[in-house]
Amino acid sequence: MQDSAGTPIIRVEGLGKTYADGFEALKNINLDVYSGEIFALLGPNGAGKTTLINIICGITRPSGGRITVDGRDIIRDFRHTRSMIGLVPQELSTDMFESVWSTVSFSRGLFGRPADPQHIEKILRSLSLWNKKDSKIMTLSGGMKRRVLIAKALAHEPRILFLDEPTAGVDVELRKDMWQIVRDLRESGVTIILTTHYIEEAEMIADRIGVINHGEIIRVQEKHELMQELGRKQLVVHLHAPLARVPDSLESYALELADNGTRLVYTYETRAERTGITALLQQISDAGIRFHDIETSESSLEEIFVGLVKQVVPPASAVARGEVR
Amino acid sequence: MNLNFYAIASIYRFEMARMRRTLFQSIATPVISTSLYFIVFGAAIGSRIAEIDGVGYGSFIVPGLIMLMLLTESISNASFGIHMPRFTGTIFEVLSAPISFVEVIAGYVGAAATKSVILGATILMTASLFVDIHIAHPFWMLLFLVLTSVSFSLFGFILGIWADGFEKLQIVPALIITPLAFLGGSFYSISMLPPFWQTVTLFNPVVYLISGFRWSFYDNADVSVALSLSMTCVFLCICLVIIWWIFRTGYKLRT
Repeated sequence: MQDSAGTPIIRVEGLGKTYADGFEALKNINLDVYSGEIFALLGPNGAGKTTLINIICGITRPSGGRITVDGRDIIRDFRHTRSMIGLVPQELSTDMFESVWSTVSFSRGLFGRPADPQHIEKILRSLSLWNKKDSKIMTLSGGMKRRVLIAKALAHEPRILFLDEPTAGVDVELRKDMWQIVRDLRESGVTIILTTHYIEEAEMIADRIGVINHGEIIRVQEKHELMQELGRKQLVVHLHAPLARVPDSLESYALELADNGTRLVYTYETRAERTGITALLQQISDAGIRFHDIETSESSLEEIFVGLVKQVVPPASAVARGEVR
Repeated sequence: MNLNFYAIASIYRFEMARMRRTLFQSIATPVISTSLYFIVFGAAIGSRIAEIDGVGYGSFIVPGLIMLMLLTESISNASFGIHMPRFTGTIFEVLSAPISFVEVIAGYVGAAATKSVILGATILMTASLFVDIHIAHPFWMLLFLVLTSVSFSLFGFILGIWADGFEKLQIVPALIITPLAFLGGSFYSISMLPPFWQTVTLFNPVVYLISGFRWSFYDNADVSVALSLSMTCVFLCICLVIIWWIFRTGYKLRT
């Protein structure tokens, strides 16, 4: 798990990126990622997720700011910092004519590690690729190619792994396998930073969530804290008979009528000390309204995410909160 | 400098493995082309042409033919080697690896130059089946072979980064290098040209390569050997500076 009190393994300070055409992809990004955590970076298309990852990995040049990995500058000490990082790109970019074994071995050497067939075998077995080791990559399915990319990224035993949309385009079964692989990697001490479109993916496996939009980080927080802070719950009361309007006596609860007046919907804050549910149910009874069922639902991370990215300009307090410095 | 030798070896092995996969294209095709040249120019037409500088015409064209193949194949191998990862997107791995441009060049250009030297040796052996070959200065022959292979592999590497598509990769060897090699004395001595065209020809950099290489075979040169060697080294240095600039600025590699 992350050691939020310790020195971050990745520190991004005042990072900016403006492309030659003037497009500002990243604006004053400040971010810490701690050793051993799974950090999910969420954001709509074009938010700047891949640009941020590419800059940390050395593929894209920053326009300003500073990044350190393991306390070392990624430009000055690029040999040290890059040897610590593995990257699984979004695109299925592979050497189509190579065998699985040779392409993974190539990656290990490229990152400055001596040949270690035992380690390569261990990776291939853990990713269910062992029986495909001699197959040419062009003969593999999309899911298998994705596994090959993960194997390549792990070949040099990195301490940090970037997964850019790792489950994009893979079936549900494989996606679950991927999640298990990510958990296993975390157990082995690898720090994982993933971007994803599948919010439930982040909800299931991430320790912390970062939300990026229009090149700005608008929120970084522990997942559970985020959901508790920004999540809302709803109480739905199923009525025996439909109502034409909400009685005046219940006006203070800001109830909504749904399903042709057969349901009363009450929205409340999860953080609130008093939810008002007991009093509400009592007053409904006092108003002579009969109901036959009640249910509650909690907003998902996806709803929180949608709510966050809809904010055109993030409040300064949100940026200053949590791990965003 | 703290070099990543494992990375150099990985890139080199990867590129050499590509050559093994495409052995016919890499070796057999140039050898067949060269054999055809010898049959046509050496046996059929060459037998009716007088000796040049005391060397039979079939033998005279051997250095030029080797140089012609060396230039085009060095450029082709090196440009394809770096262009393919750009095209498929696998270049991300090289760009994110803990390596500098020195390792990248040593790996890619080293492999391309090795292929060219192998090809040059193969063509030489093929030529010996058709004509008598005498190598007056074996060390200098090998030096010119290696220097030319490295220089034009560097040039091919630049081309592979500059080119936006496979068409451009073909254009430069076909429309620039091959004409320069043909007009640079591959099949004739430039002393056979009228004085005006001799002067014009001296602006062709390939003249110096062919002349120096031919001198290492037959002890005859169109221009001084020192000048040939200097021009080759200058071309090599210019290519190195351009590649250094490419990696420094990230031209067409890093956004």
